[in-house]
This record gives sequence, C-alpha cells and structure tokens, in this order.
Amino acid sequence: MRTAPAPRRLARPPVTAARHPAPASAPGAAGPEPPRLAVENLTAWYGEMTGVRDVSLQFPANTVTALIGPSGCGKSTLLRCLNRMHELVPGARAEGRVLLDGHDIYERGVNPIAVRRSIGMVFQKPTPFPTMTIAQNVAAGLKVGPRLPKRRQLEIVEHALRRAALWDEVKDRLEHPATDLSGGQQQRLCVARTIAPEPEVILLDEPTASLDPSGTTRIEELVQDLKREFTVVIVTHNMQQAGRVSDVTAFFYLGELIEVGPTTQMFTAPTKPQTEAYVTGRFG
Amino acid sequence: MSSRATRRVFGAFMTGTTYGAAALAILPLAAILAMLLVKGAGSLDWNFFTKSAVPVGETGGGFAYAIVGTLIIVGIAAAIGVPIGVGAGIYLAEFGAGRLAWLVRFVADTLNGIPSIVIGIFAWTWIVRPTGKFTALAGSAALACILVPIVARTTEEMVRLVPNSLREAALALGYPRWRTSLTVVVRTAGTGIVTGCMVAVARIAGETAPLLFTALGNQFFSTNVLQPMAALPLQIYVYAQGPYDEWHRQAWAGALVLILMVLILGTLARLAARAHRARA
Repeated sequence: MRTAPAPRRLARPPVTAARHPAPASAPGAAGPEPPRLAVENLTAWYGEMTGVRDVSLQFPANTVTALIGPSGCGKSTLLRCLNRMHELVPGARAEGRVLLDGHDIYERGVNPIAVRRSIGMVFQKPTPFPTMTIAQNVAAGLKVGPRLPKRRQLEIVEHALRRAALWDEVKDRLEHPATDLSGGQQQRLCVARTIAPEPEVILLDEPTASLDPSGTTRIEELVQDLKREFTVVIVTHNMQQAGRVSDVTAFFYLGELIEVGPTTQMFTAPTKPQTEAYVTGRFG
Repeated sequence: MSSRATRRVFGAFMTGTTYGAAALAILPLAAILAMLLVKGAGSLDWNFFTKSAVPVGETGGGFAYAIVGTLIIVGIAAAIGVPIGVGAGIYLAEFGAGRLAWLVRFVADTLNGIPSIVIGIFAWTWIVRPTGKFTALAGSAALACILVPIVARTTEEMVRLVPNSLREAALALGYPRWRTSLTVVVRTAGTGIVTGCMVAVARIAGETAPLLFTALGNQFFSTNVLQPMAALPLQIYVYAQGPYDEWHRQAWAGALVLILMVLILGTLARLAARAHRARA
C-alpha cells in the first residue's frame, strides 16, 4: 500500500475538558512557550506510603525528559501520575496538579479515560494484545475514539507503523498474530499503538528494560524521532540511555525531585552532591 | 557403593515410581473403556442410534430417545449455566475484591462439593413439587446448578492468568474498565474459558442422580421439555436393573455411547487448548 503520511490532526480523539487549547498569551508578547505538561506540588501515596513527595516539574513540548534515580525513588510513580494510571493501583492516590496545556487533569469532572487518550504510555515489557493481529493491535486505540472508516484506519495503522520504524518488517504480515514478532519488534509495535491515536504526550516506562542491545538501540533512535511530534517523558534505569536520548534530565531520590536540568549539565556539572554521586555511579 | 552410584539408583527408582503412578492413574479409564467395548460394542448398530425402545421380546430397539434427551437436557443446562457461570467468573476475577466476592467464591466452592443427589432433591423440592410434574426443564435446571460453580471457578482462574500488564496497556490506551475486561482480558482468556466450559458440560452429561427426581425418564421418544424426558444415564440405570438380557446389552451400549460423548467433549477441549497454546 502506498499512501502519503496522514496529516496528523485528522486522527485526533474528540476534544475533552482536559484538552482545550492553552490560553492564548497576550498579542505580541514574546514570552517563553508554556510547557506542554507541568506538574505542580504533586504528592502520591500507596496506602500509607508516600511514593512521590511534593514534586513540581515542567515538560516542554518537543523535548525528551528523562526521569532517573535509584529503584524506589518514585520516578515510575510520577510517570504513572501523569496519565492517571497511578490511581488504578488499589489504595493509591495522588494530590497536586498536573497541567496538560494549562488544564489540570486531576480537576474534578475530568475523565481519566480522556486523559489517557491524550497522554499515551509504553510499558517496560512489550504488551501486544495476543488475540489481535499486528494491524488490529495498532488500531486498538482508535476503537475507543470516534468511528473512522476502514480505509482511514488502515492509513493511520500504516503511518503509525512507519513512524515506529516497523512498517518494512511487518507490511507483508499485518494479519499475523502480534505475538509472532520478536521482543524488540513487539515493543516498537506498542509504540505504534500508542502514537496511532495521536496523543499529545508519550510516557515511556523503562521501554528497553526487557530488550537486547539492538532492540534497545532502535527504541532509542525512535525516541529521538518521536520528539519532533510529541512531548516525551522516559523513565530509565540506564544513565547512558538518559544521556543518549534526553534533552532534560530529572533526578529523583526517595520520592523527591533532587535536581533537574539540561542533560549534558546534569551529567557533567550537577549542582547537588546526591546527583553527582548517582551519575558517577557511587550509589543506586 | 559410591555416592554417585547411589544417586543414580535412587534417581532411577524415583523415575520408575512416577511412571508407575502415571500408569496406575490411567488404568481405571483403560479398564472401563475396555470393558465397555467388550460388552457394549456388539449392541451398537444403526438401530441403536435411530430407534427408540421396543416392547420386551422384540428386537431392533434403540436408545435414540435417550441420546436425544441427553442432548436436549444438557444443551438447555449449558445454555442456562454457561452464561451465568462465565459472568460470575469474570466478576470474581476482574472486580471481585470485597465481601460479596468472598461470599460468591465460598458459595461456589460449597456448591461444587455438594453431592449431586442433593441438588436433585433441591430441584425436586423447588421445581417439580410446586409445578406438580416431572419435566426435562427441571432436569436442566438441576444440571445447571452443578454447572455454574464449576464454570465460574474455572473462568475465574483463566481470567486471572491474563497478565495485569495487558489490562494496564488497554487502560493506558483510554479503554474504559468494562471494555478492557471484555475486549482484551476475556478475549485473551477465551480459549481457556471455552475449554473449562466443555469440561464442565462433559461432567454434567454423565450425572444421573439429579435427573432421577426431575426429568424422571421416559420410555418414549419426546422432545417436549415440559414433559418427562429420557436421558442416557437414566436409561442405563433402568435397563441395567431390568430383568432382560436385551436390556443389559443395551445398557452396556448406552454406557459406551455416554463415555464416548464425554471423551469427545474432553478431546475437543484439549484441541482448543492446544490451538490456544500454539497461538500464544
């Protein structure tokens, strides 16, 4: 099939309370662009235990932000707060504000389901739906959006697979079970599935933790590509990876944000001693 | 003897023991099948599957009425019990965390352990006596009571086997909770659920006691579910106790047909499970 890449706005899910355009700045005002996603004083609990403590952090559009820190530092918990997946864990709750284009996704009346359609997520282990074909997997997120004609869906599937650098490997077997693919391919399939409904933000939770080196390289290249269209947040255990893919790095320790800054600065001249100790490999 | 030799002998002994235990486990089935084949296969002919009972003394009678009766009674029981059981199993696995779920699970397990004759008496008390007559439908209801807890518990097990990561993946795509359960989780567990249902249906197909008080049995071909109806286990029970050699032969043949039906269902369940494994 040869189709031009689909114009990206067509596939959008319906506008919801959480995704009205950001308030326009005063005409002529040349201030810095507001962040696509901003966390304000966010605290997250698992039952009595605090996972994230009073974190404020901004994620500018079209950048890759890496969240790093030792196990249990709250980086994954914070990530899961960004698309309201955290609250699905029994006993888990969060307080504070998470602003997507200036609108709080935790505000009363905001539907978490709509939030998750705007903020996609890729998990540690590849999670293709085993009963679905490759094409059905990519189209899975479209099924809960507005109804699209079959032809349009196929275009979106192809476009998403191309952007996930998987099209050439699967174009002849779109109707095969997704579980036929290798682990690395499955993870790229999951990326394709996440970007197909055109979210604003993509969250990646240690996306290469279960992949071999070549699979890891391909995902890292993909992450670099994705930031041209999306705002990307990636949790990683691997500091080299954070260095390779991210523009901004945030270091967490014991649930608190210790330091955030441009990635090169974080790895060469961190200001906090804990950050320095972690990035130089003295603990964690 | 060196310790290595001791270990080798001990290993061989234990391996042999497990082979022996496996052989003993299949021995009863092999013996039953062999006996049924010897005693019953001779009476299996076309008439057996197409004709109904004939007066004593005549030859050429068959069990068609009992076979059809079993298919109808078990079919209706499955139609009633499978949806309830599958629904309850999905509830238990996907939403069942509170006290209600504990109660449902406890009741299902208790129901699983109740002797089937008690279920028969229960159905007689609550269906047959108030309506004043034995009906095939009452038999189906009694069998459904046995079916529901088995199906519910196997469905729950199968749904629980679906990794949580798949649920999260669907939820993260913006699937509502119910849709995640139905389109992703239950579909993934689908083959396992189907297998469990087939095993449960095979189990109730051979039940005799619950039918004694409900469907009662019938010497004539009947498809009216509001009347007494014949069923294979009932006919075997009656014929095996009868005074005539012809009846005994037919009872053996009926038992053979019944066990073959159960075996076929079991094999289909296995094939479904294997197809599932091959795909996963």
